[in-house]
Amino acid sequence: MTKKGFQISIQGSDKIMTCREDESLLSGLARYGQKEVPAGCRQGGCGVCKIRVLKGKFETGKMSIKHVSAMEKDMNFTLACKTFPKSDMVITVNIKGDRKWQ
Amino acid sequence: MAISGVLRPGFVQIRVLDMAEAIIHYRDRIGLEMVGTEADGRVYLKAYDEFDRHSIILRECEEAGLDMMAFKVSSEACLDEYEEKLRGQGFEVTAIAAGEQPGVGRRISFMAPTGHRFDLYVDMELSDNGPMTNNPDVSQLDPRGMKALRFDHCLLYGGDIDGTKKVFEDILGFSTSEVVVDDDTGMIIALFLTSSNKAHDLALVRHEEDGKLHHVSFLVEDWTSLRDAADIMTRYDISRDIGPTRHGITRGQTIYFFDPSGNRNEVFSGGYAYYPDNPLRVWQASSVGKAIFYYERELNDRFMTVVT
Ligand code: FES
Ligand SMILES: [Fe+2]
Repeated sequence: MTKKGFQISIQGSDKIMTCREDESLLSGLARYGQKEVPAGCRQGGCGVCKIRVLKGKFETGKMSIKHVSAMEKDMNFTLACKTFPKSDMVITVNIKGDRKWQ
Repeated sequence: MAISGVLRPGFVQIRVLDMAEAIIHYRDRIGLEMVGTEADGRVYLKAYDEFDRHSIILRECEEAGLDMMAFKVSSEACLDEYEEKLRGQGFEVTAIAAGEQPGVGRRISFMAPTGHRFDLYVDMELSDNGPMTNNPDVSQLDPRGMKALRFDHCLLYGGDIDGTKKVFEDILGFSTSEVVVDDDTGMIIALFLTSSNKAHDLALVRHEEDGKLHHVSFLVEDWTSLRDAADIMTRYDISRDIGPTRHGITRGQTIYFFDPSGNRNEVFSGGYAYYPDNPLRVWQASSVGKAIFYYERELNDRFMTVVT
């Protein structure tokens, strides 16, 4: 049985990527070889995969509060490796904050 | 010179986001023994080839990373000497009473210039499950998971690595076995410190943010053990960073991977024997790929940026 898939897009790009609801956004996007959301620890600890959700519903696993504060969480900042889509989503990677990835 | 003063890395306290997941990782996958859970929630573990009571402490917290790394010291006289010298250099030294961790004697604690807390202590109770000493078999318990033999070393990231180097060399008697330097300026970018016969007991990399953890390393027996560890990583879908491969620095064989909170772990085997009269080994930053990952000959993106 195939799991339900949702369509994910990164703001500013036409590319539509499919992510299953039982996998993290980061692993879903990884199948497309995208480089915009970098993969670090994949466990919610290092913060390099930080994104902001502009549209869509999602659930999150445990994330280090150093990288997503309670206030940021309310503003839909999240870590892609601990974000599980519950609907189609639009995300942005152009966020201010502590992304150190360069 | 016989080993005295600082003997070895003794224990490390790691912050984890979810204790239940962390226990599965460290006990069942890496193969540590559970020693106990204390009233404050901290969980104590040890590797099967360690004599002392514990070496890994897990503390549940909303932020991953390292609370402190501690070194075992050979005598109270040495501990007093370190305390006096640290104070003399302007460090604030905190005394931690015996029993703050079960089975551990008094400790002294200080914050290094890179923003890492280090503790020093002399006494820790012996474990009932340590290596045998009377007509000893190779192990008393059947090794599990990745069969980690012992907690081996840490790599830490912070700003003033020259400052921390100075404390460890001048006060605590460590030697630097290897450095990575900027080709043009000679500025140290990474350094490897040893208090013993091992190629490193502590490593430091220059980084914009203080107090960061790059990895906590566990010794395994050999290259074949790394293959078996890699099998476990795939079987249990553990987030792997790189390896099995080899470090040019220390010549150790390695796999980097992540615990369920994003703290990097390493399983490590081999490495040369260090003696305090060995000349310093120097790597130019232009060869850093080979220095860190000898077979890939280049760093992966995560090496310099992914820390907790
Ligand atoms: S990759 Fe480390 S927090 Fe997502
Ligand atoms: Fe290491």
